[in-house]
Amino acid sequence: MEVSLHHHRVYVYTGGKAFRPDLPSVLMIHGAQNDHSVWIMQSRWLAHHGYNVLAVDLPAHGRSEGPICETIEAMAAWCGELLDALGVSAAAWLGHSMGSLIALEAAACKPTRSWANILLGSAFPMRVSDVLLSAAQHDEQKAFDMITRWSHSGISHHPGSPGPGFSIYNQGRRLMERQSPGVLFNDFKACNTYAQGLARAQSISQPTLLLSGALDLMTPPKAAQSLAKAISGSQCEVIDRAGHQLMVEQPDAVRGAIAGFLAKAWASQPKVLGDGTSC
Amino acid sequence: MATDDYYRFDTLAVHAGAAPDPSHGSRATPIHLTSAFVFKDSDAAAGLFNMEQSGHVYSRLSNPTVAVFEERMAALDAGVGAIATSSGQAALHLAIATLAGAGSHIVASTALYGGSHNLLHYTLARFGIETTFVPPGDMAAWQAAIKTNTKMLFGETLGNPGLDVLDIPQVSALAHRHGLPLLVDSTFTTPWLIRPIEWGADLVYHSATKFLCGHGTVLGGVVVDGGRFDWMASDRFPELTQPYEGFHGMVFAEESTVAPFLLRARREALRDFGACLSPMNAFQILQGIETLSLRMQRHVSNALEVAHFLESHDHVTKVAYPGLESHPDHQLAKRLMPRGCGAVFAVELAGNRAQGRAFVEALQVFSHLANVGDARSLVIHPASTTHFRMDEQALKAAGIGEATLRLSIGLEDPVDLIDDLKRAFRVAFPKRP
Repeated sequence: MEVSLHHHRVYVYTGGKAFRPDLPSVLMIHGAQNDHSVWIMQSRWLAHHGYNVLAVDLPAHGRSEGPICETIEAMAAWCGELLDALGVSAAAWLGHSMGSLIALEAAACKPTRSWANILLGSAFPMRVSDVLLSAAQHDEQKAFDMITRWSHSGISHHPGSPGPGFSIYNQGRRLMERQSPGVLFNDFKACNTYAQGLARAQSISQPTLLLSGALDLMTPPKAAQSLAKAISGSQCEVIDRAGHQLMVEQPDAVRGAIAGFLAKAWASQPKVLGDGTSC
Repeated sequence: MATDDYYRFDTLAVHAGAAPDPSHGSRATPIHLTSAFVFKDSDAAAGLFNMEQSGHVYSRLSNPTVAVFEERMAALDAGVGAIATSSGQAALHLAIATLAGAGSHIVASTALYGGSHNLLHYTLARFGIETTFVPPGDMAAWQAAIKTNTKMLFGETLGNPGLDVLDIPQVSALAHRHGLPLLVDSTFTTPWLIRPIEWGADLVYHSATKFLCGHGTVLGGVVVDGGRFDWMASDRFPELTQPYEGFHGMVFAEESTVAPFLLRARREALRDFGACLSPMNAFQILQGIETLSLRMQRHVSNALEVAHFLESHDHVTKVAYPGLESHPDHQLAKRLMPRGCGAVFAVELAGNRAQGRAFVEALQVFSHLANVGDARSLVIHPASTTHFRMDEQALKAAGIGEATLRLSIGLEDPVDLIDDLKRAFRVAFPKRP
């Protein structure tokens, strides 16, 4: 669906179902240079299994209009404003890579907006290598090649995503090509300069799951450990035979982990959520 | 051109899409000869039917062996995915039927395989899809032919019968200015000689029966989607941008940003028309693809040697092969397909219909049949076979002479091929005493 926020068009994929704020909402936030479609094998299932799915295209990404948010804090604030505009008081915040930092920031700053957090392919600090950052700034095609190479665990993926006959590599590459010039560098810079991750993690009170790909070269499982230790009661799960793009490389395993965690987290929720204060 | 590849061509040709069989460790791709696949449980079944999960349901829709072929072709042709079909003709129909319907219009090159021309000119017209044919090199004609109901531009990398080289960068740029995709038949060239998607094409298809299989054994086809065309930005494709009631009201362009064409093609055209590829055939084609670059190098070098021989022969008036400097598209071919121009070309003998026929019948190494892209060298004399009903004038209008031959150069020793041709010349053009 399309909504307007600050007079700009925002695209939110709802998993093939109508917007239903009476159901438990799940906000899904993509990573750098991506859009909502990276969640295709999780979002559609969740929407057809009792959740109100909001897989968003961040500003200047996918089908959402700009202006671009330059920092993780600004992106988190924008997501919160989007939920407000939609009349959604709280959601489970799912974020991949850069999106995981957005979820972390938002869940810490306004706890009542989140009833659970799932951070996929996360790390803190989420430093981007100098060579990749430079390529993102000066030669995006080269950066896309690097990301494509480093984000996947192997040459073949089964089952294919979103179905048999698809090239996961080339889909990821083409999706990055779709974004406007400058978006990648902005996103990487935002990840690189985000400094408050550990402090935010220490204030997280909601049930939180960290999901990592066992073969992730961009954010290896050990890079998520500082967050795992800082978030009280957090759980960690490592998805076998998956790299950084774990949602497309192991869609069933990721969906199973998400579904199981959300079901438990929602069941443990007090049914009335109060207003919180913004930090 | 920059490549998208993590691995290089030859590695992808052997490995892409395939992994050792997790059940038994089979290293070669297993042939999954099964009509259907057992559901883990009812919820998983529902998930598969509603595209909430990935997997196989019924072999008309997808099959693990066929999927390896599809994923390999996507990797080799720089696409986001592919759909295999029962033949090259089925691939062309699948591409068209996914985007066009009654009231639609196509602009196509005049230089097409006869079967494709038939489909567009006669068969699809019967179903309300009209085609305007334009000379492939006439950009003004392409432009002038585009209408408000046009759905695609279509041509062949090397067009029949004169091997016109399609200027893919120019034609695709024109198509994109009008919010249209360019569909390209790359059967004669294979991804080893040109990857049309890297030059601007949006959809590519092959008759896999030919060089991809390479051994003249099985039939198959495949459509590859480049994933760059912005369907949402064009107002011509409600098939992809509006809810499709035939599949739970799905809006394909919302589900996948880069591959909505493939989602609909599999969930409608493949499902409903049913022209799926047999897993046995997919296996055979995969065997061929593993040696594609090795074979194509030999096909091309043999073809060039034979073409040079023919061009210099007294009883030959014309050799239409872009690898020769005499071909009007030679420079364009060098730019778009620097590895060579394939191994199929037409040669016009300085003789009549009877001499053409005598020439073909005298050949011993070349096989006289209606196919191309075999390991064996092949020949056909259109005036006495595919176009035998046409008189001289009608043949001329189709760009075919009475003694025109189409050759498909195989993998034999080129010296033996040239000796075979010399023998045929002696029979068809006997020296007067």
